[in-house]
Amino acid sequence: MGYKHYSVVGRKAPTDSDPTPQLYRMQIFAPNKVTAKSRFWYFLHQYKKMKKTTGEILSVNEIHEKNSNVVKNYSITLRYNSRSGTHNMTKEFRDVTLVGAVTQLYQEMAGLHRARAPSIQIISTAILPAKDCVRASVKQFHDGKIKFPITHRRPRVESRRWKKTFAPHRPTTFVG
Amino acid sequence: MVFTKFVEVGRVVLINYGPLCGKLATIINVVDSNRVLIDGPEETTGVKRQVINIKRITLTDIKVTIGVQARAKSLKKALADADFENKWKESALARKLEMRRKRLEMNDFDRFKVMLAKKAKAKAVKKKFQELKASA
Repeated sequence: MGYKHYSVVGRKAPTDSDPTPQLYRMQIFAPNKVTAKSRFWYFLHQYKKMKKTTGEILSVNEIHEKNSNVVKNYSITLRYNSRSGTHNMTKEFRDVTLVGAVTQLYQEMAGLHRARAPSIQIISTAILPAKDCVRASVKQFHDGKIKFPITHRRPRVESRRWKKTFAPHRPTTFVG
Repeated sequence: MVFTKFVEVGRVVLINYGPLCGKLATIINVVDSNRVLIDGPEETTGVKRQVINIKRITLTDIKVTIGVQARAKSLKKALADADFENKWKESALARKLEMRRKRLEMNDFDRFKVMLAKKAKAKAVKKKFQELKASA
């Protein structure tokens, strides 16, 4: 499931005593607008005495990556609830878009820590220059002359339409 | 088991799956161990700059000299300098694909003609073989 980057703006519903309440804007990663609005209230009510029933959302706009043609190093700081407690961590990912990196993050947290999306809070994100990267999994690709073979491949038909359940021969998986 | 083709910047690849299947592109940058950034460039091969999974590409023998994240202009120049079109046409992979395409486009009569040609060839080979056998 791909995540999207939203900018959500909301406030308390205006009343006679407070006709122009303070606006709050938050950047949210969510699979859709509905979840984005829900997460907005979840995060906001932790800081301010506000809730969905007495508030209103003014706008939910998707933020798109400016340049999705360049590979970048994304650093994401997060906090998550494990089965035994709350942890903070910083992870690094290589991708061309921030939402791509965030999607990788959720997949990795589910895979390595069994943490589902509702128990993960992204605190901050940043694009790091190569020299500031820490994780070996990212640093290993900071080599302009990087070179590795494809050691194993299953030949694939060009579309699912032509896919067969049974093959007459074992495939050749070595391609020099 | 010696590898001769590598995932590396400048490697020309053939896309073998999805809507761009059959088109050529060049690796511009390596995203991670599963994905690479490729570019046709678009005006040369019709492939826009994009990230693609390594499972969807076939590495070719051709490699051009470009920098990491090279622009479309310098890539185009590098491909031209490396005489990429001719190199590709002469490569075994391209010839195999061309042959496959030709076979696919044949109609029943064409296949009949191939059958006759094959028979004629077998006959000629057999005749020559018998001659050599008799003289040996």
